[in-house]
Order: sequence, then C-alpha cells, then structure tokens
Amino acid sequence: MRYLPKSDSERRQMLDACGVESAEDLFAHLPEAVRLRRPLHLAPGISEYEIVDYFRERAGENADGYASFLGAGVYRHYRPVLVDAVVSRGEFLTSYTPYQAEISQGTLTTIFEFQTMICQLTGMDVANASMYDGSTAVPEAAMMAARITGRHRALAARSVHPEYREVLRTYALHQGMPVEEFGYVKDSGVIDLEELERKIDDQTAAVIVQSPNFFGVIDDVKAAAEIAHRHGALLVVVFTEAVSLGILEPPAGADIVAGELQSFAISPSYGGPYAGIIATREKFVRQMPGRLVGQTVDTHGNRAFCLTLSTREQHIRREKATSNICTNQALIALMATVFMTVYGKVGLRELALQNTAKAHYLAGKLKPAFTGKFFNEFVARVGNPEAVNKTLLKKKIIGGLPLGRFYPELADSMLVCATETTRRGEMDELSDALRAPAAEEVLA
Amino acid sequence: MYPENFRYTKEHEWVLVEGGIGTIGITDHAQQELGDIVYVDLPKPGTRVEQGRSLGSVESVKAVSDIYSPVSGEVAEINPILADAPEKLNEDPHGAAWLVKIKLSAPGELPDLMSAADYQSYIGAEK
Amino acid sequence: MIKKVRSHPSQNEALLFERSSPGKGAWQLPELDVPAVDASVALGAANVRAEIPGFPEVSEVEAIRHFTRLSTWNYAIDHGMYPLGSCTMKYNPRINELVARIEGLAWAHPYQPEALAQGAMEVMARLEAALAEITGMDAVTLQPSAGAQGELTGILLIRALLEKRGSPRRKILIPDSAHGTNPATAAIAGYVVENVKSTDTGVLDLEALARAADGDVAALMVTNPNTLGVFEENIVQAAEILHAKGAMLYMDGANMNALVGIARPGDFGVDVMHLNLHKTFSTPHGGGGPGAGPVAVKKALEPFLPTPRLKRVRGKWAWDFKRKRSIGRVRAFYGNFGVLVRALAYILAHGGPGLRNATVDAVLNAVYIRKQLEPYFDLPYPAPNMHEVVFSDERQAKLGVRTGDLAKRLIDYGFHPYTVSFPMIVHGALMIEPTETEGKLELDQFIDAMISIAKEVETDPELVKQAPHSTRTSRVDEVAAARKPVLRWKPA
Repeated sequence: MRYLPKSDSERRQMLDACGVESAEDLFAHLPEAVRLRRPLHLAPGISEYEIVDYFRERAGENADGYASFLGAGVYRHYRPVLVDAVVSRGEFLTSYTPYQAEISQGTLTTIFEFQTMICQLTGMDVANASMYDGSTAVPEAAMMAARITGRHRALAARSVHPEYREVLRTYALHQGMPVEEFGYVKDSGVIDLEELERKIDDQTAAVIVQSPNFFGVIDDVKAAAEIAHRHGALLVVVFTEAVSLGILEPPAGADIVAGELQSFAISPSYGGPYAGIIATREKFVRQMPGRLVGQTVDTHGNRAFCLTLSTREQHIRREKATSNICTNQALIALMATVFMTVYGKVGLRELALQNTAKAHYLAGKLKPAFTGKFFNEFVARVGNPEAVNKTLLKKKIIGGLPLGRFYPELADSMLVCATETTRRGEMDELSDALRAPAAEEVLA
Repeated sequence: MYPENFRYTKEHEWVLVEGGIGTIGITDHAQQELGDIVYVDLPKPGTRVEQGRSLGSVESVKAVSDIYSPVSGEVAEINPILADAPEKLNEDPHGAAWLVKIKLSAPGELPDLMSAADYQSYIGAEK
Repeated sequence: MIKKVRSHPSQNEALLFERSSPGKGAWQLPELDVPAVDASVALGAANVRAEIPGFPEVSEVEAIRHFTRLSTWNYAIDHGMYPLGSCTMKYNPRINELVARIEGLAWAHPYQPEALAQGAMEVMARLEAALAEITGMDAVTLQPSAGAQGELTGILLIRALLEKRGSPRRKILIPDSAHGTNPATAAIAGYVVENVKSTDTGVLDLEALARAADGDVAALMVTNPNTLGVFEENIVQAAEILHAKGAMLYMDGANMNALVGIARPGDFGVDVMHLNLHKTFSTPHGGGGPGAGPVAVKKALEPFLPTPRLKRVRGKWAWDFKRKRSIGRVRAFYGNFGVLVRALAYILAHGGPGLRNATVDAVLNAVYIRKQLEPYFDLPYPAPNMHEVVFSDERQAKLGVRTGDLAKRLIDYGFHPYTVSFPMIVHGALMIEPTETEGKLELDQFIDAMISIAKEVETDPELVKQAPHSTRTSRVDEVAAARKPVLRWKPA
C-alpha cells in the first residue's frame, strides 16, 4: 500500500529485532474477549483514480453550474488563486500545532499577522488564533462574559443567526446560563431596543447582537452598547459576513466580537470547516479562550513568536480551563490571512463596495421587506418562497432562503444575497421570475 | 531563611499576623518550584476567604498553582506591585512580594500552622 | 553518511505590515456590471468606516514570497517524522486535498435544496457507516468540529440519557493519565471531576474504580490504549462495574490508531466515544486545525444525537430536524464536511484489509522503537505497548538533563520533538508515537538520533541543554511572552 513505507523484508528485520515471530504476536497480549476476529466489513482499497471518480460522481449529484442567491451565514466570494497556492505547501498543510517555537516560526508568524489583521478589522485590542467557527465563538464569548462579570444570564437578539442561537442554547444549558431573546422592529428589521431595555437586568452578563444581522440589516450596535453598559453587562457583537467589515464601521462599544471568516476565501464546503474568531479589549485577554501567539525574543535577541498565555488552556488548567478547545482552525485562518493580504487595505474596501452595489441593484428590483440599511443581503417578500424557488430551479437558479423555517412570521419571505460573483444577468432573471412586485404592493 | 515570626502551611504559604491583620505570601521554596512567575491572580478586596480554601493562583509559563489561604477572614488589601511585576515574587517572596492582607475572623486557627523550624524540616523531608 | 539535517540559508522576512506601502496591491476585481453606489447613501454615512489602519498593502509577488519564505521556517510531516505521542501524525495523502476541492463539493452551500445536495449527503452517510463498522457502534454523528467538541457532545449525550432515566448525576471519573481536554470537557458539561488512580503497572485500577463508582457517577472517561500506549486489559470488567451502577463508559478515541481492525470499542463495553479524524484518519493538521470529532454511540444514546440527522426518505437522503430528544446543535450546519471528505478518501484508499494492515504497522513501529531505545532510556511501565511508548528522563535527569532538553536536541537531528512531560503519571515523560507511515530508514535515523543524544548527555550535557543550535531561532523567551503579552503588531 502506497502510504505504508515498509517492504516485507524490512518488516521481517524489524520483527526479528523485536524478538517476535509474526506481527500478529504483537497483539497476543490483548484479552481474547476484545479481539475482532473477522475482517472489517469495508470494501478493499481502491486506486487514486477510482477515488477521484467516486467523489466526482458525488459532486455531480450536487448542484452543478447553478447561480445562487443563498447567503444566510455562508457566502459565495471569489477565492484568490494565491490562497490554495500557499496553503497547499506541505510546510503549512502538514505541520503540527506550533508548540515547538524554534521549528514553527512560519505558522506562528502567520498567526501573529492574522491576530493583528483581525484587530485592525474589528477595532478590538486583541484577537485569538481562531475558534472552530462563528457559531461556537458565540457561546465561548457568552461564557467569557459570564467569567468577567460574575453574572450568569445572556440576552440574545432574535436577529442573530438562528443556528448560532441554537448552539448558544446547547452550551449555555450546562453552564447554568439562561438565555433569553429579544426581538426586532417589524418595519426596520433592527433590534427592538425597548424590549431589550425591559428584559435586561443586573444578572445579565452578555447582550448578544449581530451586525449585519441575519436579515442583512445593519443593526443599532451603538444603542445596544449603551443599554448593556448602563446595566453593567458586556456587549457581544457577532458577524457572519466578514467582507462587510471592508466598508462598515467596526462595532462601536463592543466588548467582545465573535465572528465567522468563511467569506475570506474559505469554500462553502457544505457547512465546514470554517474559522471563527474572538476579539476583545486588552483588559479581558486572560479570559479569552483559544490559542494566542505572542511576540518575544530568542536567546540571541532576535524577534520570535510563540504560543503564550497557555495557562488559560485545557492542557494546563484542565478542569479550570477557560474552554475545552484544543484544536483551532490554523489552516483555515491561513486562507483568510492570504485573502486579507491579497485584497489589502484598498482592495477589501473595493470588494465590499462591489457587494453593496450588486445587492442594492437587486433590491431596486425586488424591494426589501425591511427599511433598515443593508450590506449584501436583504429580505424580499415574495408570497410563496418555496413555490418561487421551484420555478427558479428550472432555470438553474437557487433562490434565496425561505425564512419560514426560522421565523414563522416571515413565511412569505426569502433572504437573498448578492456578492461580487453575482452577475447582472442572474439578478435580472431572478427578478423577472418573481415578476418584481411594485413598491406599493409590498408595503401595503 | 524562613522568618521566625511567620507561620507556614503544607501548601507552602506563609502568614504574618500583626494586630488582627494577616499578611499572606508564598514561600521561597514555592517560588523556586514554580520557576519564572508570569502572573498572579488575586481576589478583590472585600472577598471572604476560608482557611485551606483557594483564594487565587500563581502562574508560571507551564503551570498554575492555587494559593490556599492559611487563615479565614476578609481580604483587606492586595499587593499592587504584582500586576506589573510578577517577577518580584521570585525575587522577594517573603518581603516586598506579599500577596494579600486579610482581616482575621478566627485568630484561633493560628496554632494549626507550622513554625519556621517545622516548615524547614517539612521541606527537607519532602526532598 | 548522510544525516537527516544540515543547516541551510534561511531568509529573513519582515511582517506584512512592515513590507506594506500605499499603492501596492495583489488583487483585481472585474468591472462592475451594475451601477456603482455611493456608500454613504446606500449604507448610511454613520455606518461607513474610514480605511482600515495598518492593513497590508503588498503586491502579488511580495505576497507569495512572504508566505513561501515563512513556510520554510516550519517543520512538517512532509519533511520527516513527528514522534508526537497521541497525535498520530501520519502522512496526509494528497489525493484527499484534490477531492475536497472538487467544485460540486467545495462550493456546496449548506442550505441548498436537499435534491441538489444528495452527493454531499451520500458522502456523509457513507462515512457514518464506515466509522460505525470500525468502532463497533450503532450510530455516528459527524457534527462535532474537533475531538474536544466530540468529547463535549459525548458527555452531553450521557447527561441527556441519565436525565431521562431520572437523574443526570453529578460526577465524572477520569484517570490521572488522561488528556487535559477530558476534565475541561467534564467541567463545561456541568460535572464535577473525580480522579481515579492507575495501578503501578499503569492501567486502570479496578478496585479504585469499584470504590469510586457510586450512584452519583455519570461516567468514566477512558482512553484505550491509555496514554502510556498500553491496552486497558480490564476494560471489559470496568464497563461491567459502571453499567451495574447505571453509569456509562466514555472512550476518548485519540489512540484509535492502535485498534482499527484489531478490536472495536463497541465490542468491549464502550457506550459512547469520539474519534479524531485529524489523527487516525489522516486529515491534515495544517498548523493546528481544522479537525473533526465524530461521536459514535450505542443504540440507547441514538435519540439524543445532535440535530439534524441523515435519514432516507423515498430513496433519497434528507435531513431530519424533528428530533424531540436531541441535545440540540453543537455547531451550525452539519459538520466539517471538507474534513469528512478527506477522511472518507483515506478509508476508501485503504479499504478494510488495508486499515488493519496500517494498525499492525503502527504497532510494529512503536514496539521496534521501544526495543531499540530501552537500553538507553528508563521505561517506567514495562507492560506491552501498542502504537506508542512512554519513557522517562530519569537516567538523564541524574545528570541534570530533562526531557524538554532532550526534545530540543532532537530538533538538531532533523526531527520534531516527541510529546514532552505528558502523561502526568510519568515524571519527565518522553511520549513517542511513530505511526504506520514511517519506514525503517526514518525510524532508524530517529533511533540513532536518540541514542546519540543519550550519549551526549554523558559527555557534553551543555550541548543538549542549550539546544537547538541549528534552527532559525534558538530557544524563545516564553516567560517574557507571558509576562508582557504582545499579541499584535502595532506601528512604531
């Protein structure tokens, strides 16, 4: 087998050196009761070409050559060719966690750059070396807020990604952290500040909002911060569309930012792997979960990087750790780092502006259901989204996400997204297929 | 080496009692075992502490050690120099790098603790 | 004689921010085919940011050189062996990278209509079935993102089942040899951790377990083989003790590389376990992740598995969200699909007999290393080892040299260090796991290096204590990094 680099004669030499007659003898000490005495019921190994064929066939059973207007937390963006060129290098792809600093300066340096860029992007003081994804960054942020404030309740906006809120609930349940929700304003789609004011109290550790929110609307983060802080709670701001930070103000007044970087050259890949981040203020750094890379010097005084503040982590603190996280998403974070490098200061802004232009062109034809300002996705009231999508599929178009499954009150609407990859022709087809309702009809 | 007027615990803390206030620190033996200290986590003034219970921790790069209070009472003061200069704990653990001052609630606890001579033989035996 | 390393010129490279200047860029977007917008009008003036201060501005050539130069400062499996115990640093097959990038799979959106996601769902279903067969369990979830998340999922499943039976109970038992994620996970799941000591031969102490297992214990979390590389010979009896008290047996599958095709956890009493696809199933570590931590369970726990689950409806795959007893979601969407593709490709490449052969080679390699190094390093637990072996630095420590120093010196010989100072039950541990993808040449070079270092400890200990000498940076000041953390670049 091509991955097993021993010849039979080498095996024989090694068995002899071990004083063992056959390889089976190496397992002789196992209790008979535990032994599997039949072959595994799995087909024999196949060649590379057959493996490719198998997966090509599976890919053929997925959407192929469809235009798509899906966003909702996973976005279609161009992946600069440099990204795969860099991450495919064996030195990055097949390297381990950089615990041994002397032979991991490549990984450590790129993580340090990553941490820096996330701070620049989000306006925070420190950022970690990535969490599993945006959805798990949210409960990690909530638990962080609980540790910092000594309080135990969380208040999450309904306009935070529904699946993110589900994950929050799963984790919070076992941390003795009740999670309550507050809604959005029917016309604008921004958070309902009055409801927030009513529900917040002196046991609230974290107020959690998303901007742009799940509906694509740019939310009232500043007002949420004011309310949270007035009650001694921390504000956690979530983002799912990282490209938005190329043009939108970073969240003002946020204490912790929890976000998803999938938009930065991470393939949608049917839901993962992605890369989440947590960024926060300097004073909270010791309560942050996840790996952190710090700058230091070696014995000759040369600048060097190493993992630091490890005492927060599981391998030292064990049951008192800030989190149980061990693996991070280093390779995925590297994709994002290369993406941010390719676009850079000016490019990322241009990219964000293109997204804005595309989505606003589409909105001009469809008429958004909410009046709030939006970035690259918005809610369109279409009557029967499932039926609409069925028609669109015949034209090889995947329409927006019907919202009824998450928001029963919006069962007549779909969430549509347009990015720099969306063609004008596709948007024209979409609006034709919907026979774009006139503004008056929608607002009636 | 180990001041006569201190009393000591098996977990390598010391306490100096003066007029109802117990000043607490970790011993020279402890700081040696820990290695270079990078961070000290202390409770807020006003926190109630109990003899034998953890009131905070001391961190080196690769390890964390709980600080167990030798006495019960309320935290009156914490040493301000340790936030910026945790290394002082390696340099002067019995003097400038005290950790907290506790207003004692149960002075009767003190005889439970070791004298300097007892502590000296205790760590000698540990080796 | 060609040794494994020789010093080579390595280039200095500043940080991106130090190489940036205005006007440089590595991107080009197509012209807009729709009207441009005024950001202030479209987004609201207050929402528009100033430019991102300090963000990089470099050309494409500088970008590729930057990352290429940095990459040459890394050690990687593609260079040579990583003898890291319990990490299973095996070869990352390149075919896995190719298939994960096939467009129909790489660009699949998790919300695309199920009718247009059948291929992705079939991949996941096939992997679930393969992992169930390998582990001897009844059902598998592919949702958890990594081993630690898999552990949390597993413990939450146990909690849910016990709750349904009347009480979730309060305690989880963990052997003192366990990986740090185990107690951290138990704490996050709301349990109190109680340590169970090992016997003096390094395995689970059945008497200690019997004493500790009361009606308040939810589970024992065990790794098998344990972190000494030794098979837990009493595992069947341990399972019986726990089950008799209504408690469950959780297995950390980190060391599964010693068992595939040889023994199945489901057959020796395990109720729930997680797997690390980035260990046993060859998906790349990539400098620290991503991974995937599927959880395999016995039938009784199936109803509680995270939502959604795959089900078959009229000959097609569908996602079942209607699971009343489910513990909920542990992450958005369905799991690290890209990692799952790679793991399935690995399984397809080996096939049933091939997976077993890999296990045999993995154990042979570790036993071979043990035999060759036993004369030089103290072996605290002499029981037969499987895919990894744990020595201690006792002999070398007498001369003032510790496991950390030996590990650093190993770098000068062209290898990544083994796992240092773990498990905690061995003082000054050297934990070595070669994996099956190391050939005799590499193993012999590793063994020669370790023997040479053992000799250096006697003749020139300072050489070992000051190591490494041949790397781009010498030992770094971790104390300064922790005392005064500098976690980002800032302009001067």
